[in-house]
Order: sequence, then structure tokens, then C-alpha cells
Amino acid sequence: MESILITTAVVTAFSGILAFLLTLADRTIGDYGEVKLIINEEKEYTVDGGDSLLATLISQEIFIPSACGGKGTCGYCKVKVIEGGGPILPTELPWLTEEELEDNVRLSCQCKVKEDISIEIPEELFNVRQYEVTVESIEDLTPTIKKLRLRFKEGEEINFKPGQYIQLKAPIYEGNDEEVYRAYSIASPPSHKDYIDLIIGYVPGGICTTYVHKYLKEGDTVEINGPYGDFYYRDEHDNDMILVAVGTGMAPILSILYHMRDNNIKRRAKFYFGARTPEDLFLLDVMEDFERELYDFEFIPTLSRALDEHNWSGERGRVNVVLDKHIKSPEDKEAYLCGNPGMIDSVVKVLTEKGILEERIYYDKF
Amino acid sequence: MIELNPFVIFFAAIFTNNMILSNFLGMCSFIAVSKEIPTSLGLGQAVTFVLTFTTILNYLIYHHILVPLGLEYLRFIVFIVSIAAFVQLLEMIVERYFPNLYYALGIFLPLITVNCAILGVSLFMVIREYTFLQSLGFGIGSGIGWTLAIVAMAGIRQRLREDSIPKGLQGPGITLIITGLMALAFVGFSGIVQIQ
Repeated sequence: MESILITTAVVTAFSGILAFLLTLADRTIGDYGEVKLIINEEKEYTVDGGDSLLATLISQEIFIPSACGGKGTCGYCKVKVIEGGGPILPTELPWLTEEELEDNVRLSCQCKVKEDISIEIPEELFNVRQYEVTVESIEDLTPTIKKLRLRFKEGEEINFKPGQYIQLKAPIYEGNDEEVYRAYSIASPPSHKDYIDLIIGYVPGGICTTYVHKYLKEGDTVEINGPYGDFYYRDEHDNDMILVAVGTGMAPILSILYHMRDNNIKRRAKFYFGARTPEDLFLLDVMEDFERELYDFEFIPTLSRALDEHNWSGERGRVNVVLDKHIKSPEDKEAYLCGNPGMIDSVVKVLTEKGILEERIYYDKF
Repeated sequence: MIELNPFVIFFAAIFTNNMILSNFLGMCSFIAVSKEIPTSLGLGQAVTFVLTFTTILNYLIYHHILVPLGLEYLRFIVFIVSIAAFVQLLEMIVERYFPNLYYALGIFLPLITVNCAILGVSLFMVIREYTFLQSLGFGIGSGIGWTLAIVAMAGIRQRLREDSIPKGLQGPGITLIITGLMALAFVGFSGIVQIQ
């Protein structure tokens, strides 16, 4: 009995003294007072100094991607520091390229906030949020492709650029014992902020697609986060647009087309859509509506495996072949592509050969 | 046990009983931070510094608090807590009052709070029943030995960058293989003196 008391007393006293010392130290030598944190030269926060930049940002509910939790071993939490933050530390050097060093990019988990600091982060990180949404409807577009409408809770809304994506969480279900997030492009108009549409194809063995196709029911609640991505509609120019997609890659293009319709954007646009057989085509009525309502829009489906019995009168062959045939004058065109890596690579090759500037070709590979 | 001269222990801790290459302790930061020589040298210095002082601190705690009270079995938890607290305190002081030292060495301190080489040295000191001077020699020697190993590894990895390494072995894979080869080389020293 006595030894138990002594042990407890010793451990308590020992930890207590150390805790007291550390708290005292934190209050005196670790106290840097309040400092100003300026983000992207517009948002200003007053924060307690002394913590790492990463921890300070998290305390303001701004989430920078980080995999190692601030140990300086993953190199993900890069942030551009314009002013303040001290010199670059040796722990950061292995993770930064020469260009990043010149731009004063830092690892936010290593850089300490001890004085007023001004940083730059991608605007989209402000917008990224976690949502719980309700499945309002599930519609079969083809036997293997479903369209989901996800409705936000009363009072919640999402702000995204046409072309961006969200991540959908697949929970644990029979046959799947891990939670995973998968990225899906938003197919609905950005002007409607209270719901989003996703177009999800069935991939045999895919964790999330199996969940959506076999288990998900109308009325269910799912978790999503976003929006993300640098594939979105650009309005710096008003030159002709070439839109290219295969399969479920139509989703971000749809969002872009809705955006053009809602804002009455007067640009010529041609949408090349690749599929195998006529059964793989979907949303043809929506495309017809676009052809009527948009300023100058043409939908050009092309089939790679059209047989005689299909009576197909449209284009035949893969999209890169059709593009090669169609594009005559390269000057000043802008291209948006979404689909599998093989399609993107072959289409980028055709477009650059035709003389379209590489920096005017935007794509989303999945 | 034969009474060993503290200098012999100091020497042995560097070469024959190297913390990394014969005990395989402190591997996490050894692999993560051995990409550049200057960085690894900074980390090595910080490890040496912390090792020296935590060994002294833990020697005093063990022999003047735990042994008199008959609480030797508490050494694991007490050593871990005292090392963590010491490192934390040290970091705060260096950061505030010695900014230059902080940028060279202090930023490594959080990385080594949980470096098992540090706890390992304190525990070996107890298991092998070292005197105060022997512990001091062991602490400093282990730190220098750790530095030697990580700087040598960083030198090798800097050269490796030019070489083509099979994809599956890149990064930690090849580093672990090299560590094994270095350990084999260090076995050559083991005939000189043995301290365990």
C-alpha cells in the first residue's frame, strides 16, 4: 500500500513539476503576443504568435493539405510566404525546388509565426468544406452510368467554378472495410448552389462506384468535401472553344455549358463526345436544348464501334481521329478535355499538332 | 563487469557500439533527414547536444530519486517524460534567445523528442551500471557516433542521386540496404573494444 502511494506521489510530483516549468516557460519565453496574419492581401486575422504557420492556419479553420501532421517529413504543406516567417530552414530544403525557393515557398509546418506575416494560398482552399448531403434522386443514364442529385441542407450552399470536382466518401459496406474518398466532377450549373449533380459510371470492383450503383438509395445521406481542381471555365478570352469528353467525362463539360447558358456567354463552342455504340450515348435531349439555346453550339458525338445494324449516320472513330479531320484553322482556339489518360494524351497531341497553344488546352485526367 | 575508462566507452560508442549501425536505434529521423549533408550535420549536432544533457539529467534522476525510493521500475516513463520536457524547454529557450543557433540546430529539436536513440542511451546507462563519468562519455560518444553515421549516409545519398536505382528500391528501400552495408563495415571495428 505504501509503495503504491509513493509511486503515485513521485510520478505525480515529477510530471507536475515539469508541467509547471513548461507552462511557465510557455507563458514567458514562448509568448510572442498577438500578431497579424494576412492571407492573399485581403483577409486579415489576429492570431497568437509562437505556433507553426500550419497550426495557426488550422486554428483559423483553413486547411492546408498535410500527410505527416507537421513533422516535416511529407513535404505537402507548402505555402507562399510574402512577408515575415524568418529565413528558410534546413528542414525545409529537401522538399523545395529552386523555383519554389525563389518564390519564397515554405513548408507551413516548419515556418513559425513570430511576427506579422503575409501569405498567399490558393483561393480554393478558403472554399473547401465538408458537407452532409441527401441523395435526392438517382437516375439511370445508361445501363452502367447513373446521375446523382445531392441536395444540401437548408441554409448550406456550395460555391464552385464550372469544371471543378468534389470528393465523395464511400462508407464501410458489405464487402468493403475501409472508408475511401473518390473525386467526381460536378455536372450541374454553378448558379444552383443548393444541389449538385454527379455522373458516376460503374467500374467493376471499384469501391465507390460499387457503393453508388449497388447500395446507395434515394433519401440516403452521404458525405462530400470540396470543391477542388484547376480544371474550370476561363473567361479571359472569348475565342472559339473545343470541348472534348468521353464517358462520364461529360460531367464538367455539362457544368461549363450550363454556365455559358445561364450567363448568356456568346462564344462559339463545339463539343466532341466519344462513345462506343449508340447505347453509350446519354443526355442527348439536353444537348439538343443547348444547341437551341446557346449562342453557337454544336454537339458532335462520335462512335468507335458503330455497326451496320445501328444505322449510325454521325461521325465514326475515336475523338482524336475526328478532331484531326474537323479542325482546319487552329488560330486562337481554346480546348477543354475530360476523360481517361489515353484519350487526353492522344487529343493533346492532335491539338498541338494543329497549332493550338498548349497553355490554352485545359484538361482533367481521371 | 570490468571497470572501463570513460574514454574507452566514449570511443566504443562512436565506432563499435554505434547507436544506428550496431543497435539500429533512431532510424526514423536517420532515414528521413539524411538527404543533404548540411541538414544531417545540423540534426547530428542537435542529437549530440540533447544526448549529452539528457544522459546527465537522467543519471541524476535515476540515482538520486528513483534508486533511493526503490522505484527503478519507473525508469521508462520517467526517462521519456524528462527527455520530452527537456527538449521542449531547450527549444523554447534557443528559439527566443539564440535565433541564429535556432535556425542552424534548434528546428531539429522537435524531430528528436521521440528519437529512440536518446531513450536508448539513458536505458543502456542504467542496464550497464555506468558511473557518472562513464555515462557522460557514453552520452557524448553516442551522439557523435549518430552524427557520423547520418552524415556518412547523407554523403552516399547525395552521390546516389545521379545513379539509376530500380524503381521499387528508390527512397527508403535503398537507404535501408546501404545502412545494412555500412553496419557490416562497422563490424570491422568490433574487435577493438567491446562494452557490452
